[in-house]
Amino acid sequence: MILARLRAAAPAPVPPLADVGAWYTARARGEDAAQRLARFTRAIEAARAEVHEASAANWRERLFAVAAAKGVRTLLIGATAAGAALEAENAGRLKIVRYDKPIETWRDELFAQIDAGFTLARGAIAETGSLIVWPSVAEPRLISLVPALHFVLLDARTIHADLHSAISSENWPANLPTNALLISGPSKTSDIQQTVAYGAHGPRELVVFVLREDA
Amino acid sequence: MKPETIQLTPTEAFTARSRAVLADAQKRRSFRGAMDFLQEKRRAQFPDADEFEGLRDLCEALRRESLAQLPRLLEELEQKLIANGVKVHWAESADEANAIALAIARAADARLIVKGKSMVSEEIGFNHAMAEAGIEALESDLGEYIVQLAGEGPSHIIMPAIHKTKGEIAELFAEKIPGTAYTDDVDALIAIGREVLRRKFAVADVGISGVNFAVAETGTLCLVENEGNGRMCTSVPRVHIAITGIEKVVAKLAHVAPLYSILTRSATGQPVTTYLNLISGPRKEGELDGPEEVHLILVDHGRTQAYADAQLRATLQCIRCGACINHCPVYARIGGHAYGTTYPGPIGAIASPHFFGLAQTWPLVFASTLCGACGEVCPVRIPIPDLLVRLRAEAVAPEGPALRGAGAAASAPASAVWSAWALVYRNAGLYRFVTWLASRGRRFFPKAQGGWTRARTPLIPAAKRLRDLIKDRKRK
Repeated sequence: MILARLRAAAPAPVPPLADVGAWYTARARGEDAAQRLARFTRAIEAARAEVHEASAANWRERLFAVAAAKGVRTLLIGATAAGAALEAENAGRLKIVRYDKPIETWRDELFAQIDAGFTLARGAIAETGSLIVWPSVAEPRLISLVPALHFVLLDARTIHADLHSAISSENWPANLPTNALLISGPSKTSDIQQTVAYGAHGPRELVVFVLREDA
Repeated sequence: MKPETIQLTPTEAFTARSRAVLADAQKRRSFRGAMDFLQEKRRAQFPDADEFEGLRDLCEALRRESLAQLPRLLEELEQKLIANGVKVHWAESADEANAIALAIARAADARLIVKGKSMVSEEIGFNHAMAEAGIEALESDLGEYIVQLAGEGPSHIIMPAIHKTKGEIAELFAEKIPGTAYTDDVDALIAIGREVLRRKFAVADVGISGVNFAVAETGTLCLVENEGNGRMCTSVPRVHIAITGIEKVVAKLAHVAPLYSILTRSATGQPVTTYLNLISGPRKEGELDGPEEVHLILVDHGRTQAYADAQLRATLQCIRCGACINHCPVYARIGGHAYGTTYPGPIGAIASPHFFGLAQTWPLVFASTLCGACGEVCPVRIPIPDLLVRLRAEAVAPEGPALRGAGAAASAPASAVWSAWALVYRNAGLYRFVTWLASRGRRFFPKAQGGWTRARTPLIPAAKRLRDLIKDRKRK
């Protein structure tokens, strides 16, 4: 019925097709990876995230140090190589919990007993300071949402200039997971008298470790 | 809130509500402050006028393109969503949309529904329908949670509790949330809301969300938010129901990039929101969380009426940023509740007549100075002032095209006055005579001229007409 009514409507003059790609191409900045990293860092720090540059060799120690400074006792990880590396080097400093069972079987524990979550970022966006996080079988959706602190590991080489370039160069339409996210800072709200407050429903803090080959 | 009854907006009620706000200095200060703040934040996001105009052109073209192909895109969206494992429902009316949601909730044996922000759910009176069926529907966006606690509706589409001061919210929390001491510290208030709602997310059976963009190409529902409650509602409960108007579809995923950018910058003056949540299906085999069922309810509720008219169709270009509201001098003075409908301000005035009929909403299309600010800031260039003028004509002219409630504002005296006016202005001799009569009889004009003199000096013709003044000058 709804479709029939829409089809019966007088056809509007077809507008010229918008060329979204051309808009972004014309505005491309020709930045190199370091410039994109700098722009990403400025933008996400403006949204109250912490960014630490690190190397493949030292990011885990950096993470343990930040976790200790913030009083983290329990850390939730997925089934990733990076998570396993954290477990291997933990040496009893944190209680590391693997997200390896369906949410239904441990919902209360997840909400009540986990201080921090750790995920990988698939990439990032320089223009808006956004992390691209694609939850998966290995890294379920709630690791990046329920714990009050979210640690993210980002490879500096995967930072795109803008969202359009991420979507088109990685061919997202053919590869989208059931849930894909852009995360651009800790959870926040301005619903009380336009005053920004962090930690509305999701993480209160977002800490990004950026892997640089030259760091 | 049953839409067909509460949404009733007889002009007396609208006027009375507006006057009540105008008489409240505290409310007026707080609206003015909020509007100035939002206008300034938005302005700071568009420092480069060329970039802004270019992006507007692009986004307007994308929205018009989507609407031009709407039936085809909706079919493509449905097919892609079904292939992704999402169940798609079509609802002609508010009642039908609620009945569909209720059937899903009952099948899920739901007692508690947690809701992310959804203006369409407000539009269809969702919470009321669930309450009648004995199911609690709890708002989880902090602004919506505050107004629900207060027993009110949102007064702004983006900032639902914009009419409340932190002191009022502090009192509300202390009174309504057991075990809460009075505090007007914003961080503490947010922390209280967070704790209450977290306990609810963990036990809710069904999550509700709106949709900002529905991508036909991929069958993806895009949700834009800062708080994370939208992600909670769409990730934790076993069943997720998304409710949206049929106009929210876009053709390609890549189209979301510019639309998302212009939306957040126009709405709250943020370069980006904390979360962009792209949902393309329920929990897949092997995944450990996410809803087992995802439903999309596509709501018409009068949208096809706007679509059928080549001019009024532009109403459906809207991406619900609220910039027109934030720049409206009328909204800034009377606030959202005075309008009495789900959508206040200019967008509410042009959209509500299609959802609820002109008979109940016509005063809203007259509640504008036609200053044009709404049209100037609209990121998708909806010609809002033109649409207001058109709807005014429809409201008084029953012979117009088939708009529900057209002619509801028609009045025989008014129409007689305008007919006489037209007659006088078409006939030079008659015009001369009438203006002569008026200038000579000016002392007979009443000092009290109804609504006009409530806030203005009375209209009294000049002692001498322009033609008399010119005649005098020539004589000298």
